[in-house]
Amino acid sequence: MTAVAVETKEAPESVPGAPPPASVIADIWRGISRENPVLVQFLGMCPTMAVTNMLANGVAMGLATTFVLVGSGLFVSLFRRYIPHEVRITSYILIIATFVTLADMLLAATFPAISKALGPFMPLIVANCLLLGRAEAFAAKVKVHRAVADGFGMGMGFTLSLSLLSALREILGRGTLLGHPLFGPRFEPWVFMVMPPGGFFALGVALLGLATIIQWRKRRAGAAR
Amino acid sequence: MSNLAWIFVSTLLVNNFTLVMFLGLCSFFGVTAKIETAWRLGLANTFVLILTAIFAWFLNTYILASAPFLRTVAFIVVIASAVQFVEMAVKKYLPVLFRQLGIYLPLITTNCAILGLALFQTSRHYNLVEALVFALGAGFGLTLALSLLASIRERIEVADMPVIARRMGLVLVIASSLSMAFMGFAGMGSAP
Repeated sequence: MTAVAVETKEAPESVPGAPPPASVIADIWRGISRENPVLVQFLGMCPTMAVTNMLANGVAMGLATTFVLVGSGLFVSLFRRYIPHEVRITSYILIIATFVTLADMLLAATFPAISKALGPFMPLIVANCLLLGRAEAFAAKVKVHRAVADGFGMGMGFTLSLSLLSALREILGRGTLLGHPLFGPRFEPWVFMVMPPGGFFALGVALLGLATIIQWRKRRAGAAR
Repeated sequence: MSNLAWIFVSTLLVNNFTLVMFLGLCSFFGVTAKIETAWRLGLANTFVLILTAIFAWFLNTYILASAPFLRTVAFIVVIASAVQFVEMAVKKYLPVLFRQLGIYLPLITTNCAILGLALFQTSRHYNLVEALVFALGAGFGLTLALSLLASIRERIEVADMPVIARRMGLVLVIASSLSMAFMGFAGMGSAP
C-alpha cells in the first residue's frame, strides 16, 4: 500500500519533524488501518464511548468528525506558513471550533432527532484529542492535499470503528439495527450493553479479541519459520 | 442549600463525569499508570474546572446571551487561556509535578470534561454558586475515578497477566466494572 511519493520533483518542505512523503492513497489508508484512531491510537475515546449505543448515532458522530477533520486539516495546512509558532495551538483550536459549530448547525438543521440524541457531544468534538493531534502532528507540516487526505482517512477510520462498536452494542443491547428489530419477540435484550459500563466493556472485549488474533498470527508465523 | 448538596453528590457519584458520562477519558486512560500522578492531575483538573465555571458563567450572563452561536468558540478560548495560566503556575511552583504530567498538562485543554462542564452548566441554567458547586463535584469525581483506576492498575502491573491482557483491553474491562459499581448510585435519581 505504501507507494513511493510522486511529488519529489517539487522542492521538499523544510519543516522539522515532517511526516515522510507518501501517496494520497497511503495517507488515507493509514488512518483506516495501521494508525486507526480508536483501535490503535486510543484517541477520541469520549465520543467513542458516549454515542455508540445506537448505530445511527455512531455513524452521525463519525461523519461529523470526518467533516471537521477534513475542514480543519485544509485550513491548518493552508495557513501553516502564517501561524506563529507560539500561538499555534490556540489558532488550531479556533479553526477546529469554527468547523464544529458549522457541523453542529448543519446536523441540527438536517437531522434534528440525531442532533438531540448526541446532545452536548456534538460541540464536544472540539475537545476530541484526535483533531488537535492531527493538526499539530500532520496538517501543519504537509501540503494541502496530503492534509485533506489524512483528515479523510482518519475520519473514515474513526467512522468505521464507531459504526462497528455501535452496531455491536445496538444489536446486543436492543436487538435492533438502525431501529429495525432483528430477532423475534422472544429475544431478551442485553440492556447492559447500551448502558455506560457496556461501552467500556464492548471496546475492552474488542481489543482483547484483537490482541488474541495478533498473538495467534504471531505464533503461527513463528511456527511456520 | 439542599439543592447545592444534591448537585455536589449527583456530579460526584451518581453522574460521575468520567465513569458514567464518559468525559475526560483521554487522561483517564493516559495518566493512570501511577496513583501519585493520577490524583495530582485530578486536582489540577479540578482547579481548571473551577476557573472555567466562573468564566463560563460570566460569558453566559453578559456576552453570549446575544450571540449563542459563538458559545463553543468562546468557551474553548477561555479554557485554553485558563490551562495556559495553570501550566505557568505549575511550572513555576511545582516543577516536579510539571515534569511528571508532561504532555497531559497542556492536553487539559482538550479534556472534554472541562468543555462539557461549561456546556452542561449552560444547558441547566446554573447560577454562579450552583456552577461552582457543580465544578467542585465534577473535579472531585474526576480525581476519585482517576485514583481508583490508578490504584487497580498499580496492582495488575506486578501481577502475572496473560500476554493479550497486558495492553488497553484489560484496562477497559476494569473501567467497565468500575462504571458498573457507580451505576449502583443511579437509584438515587438524576440531577434536577
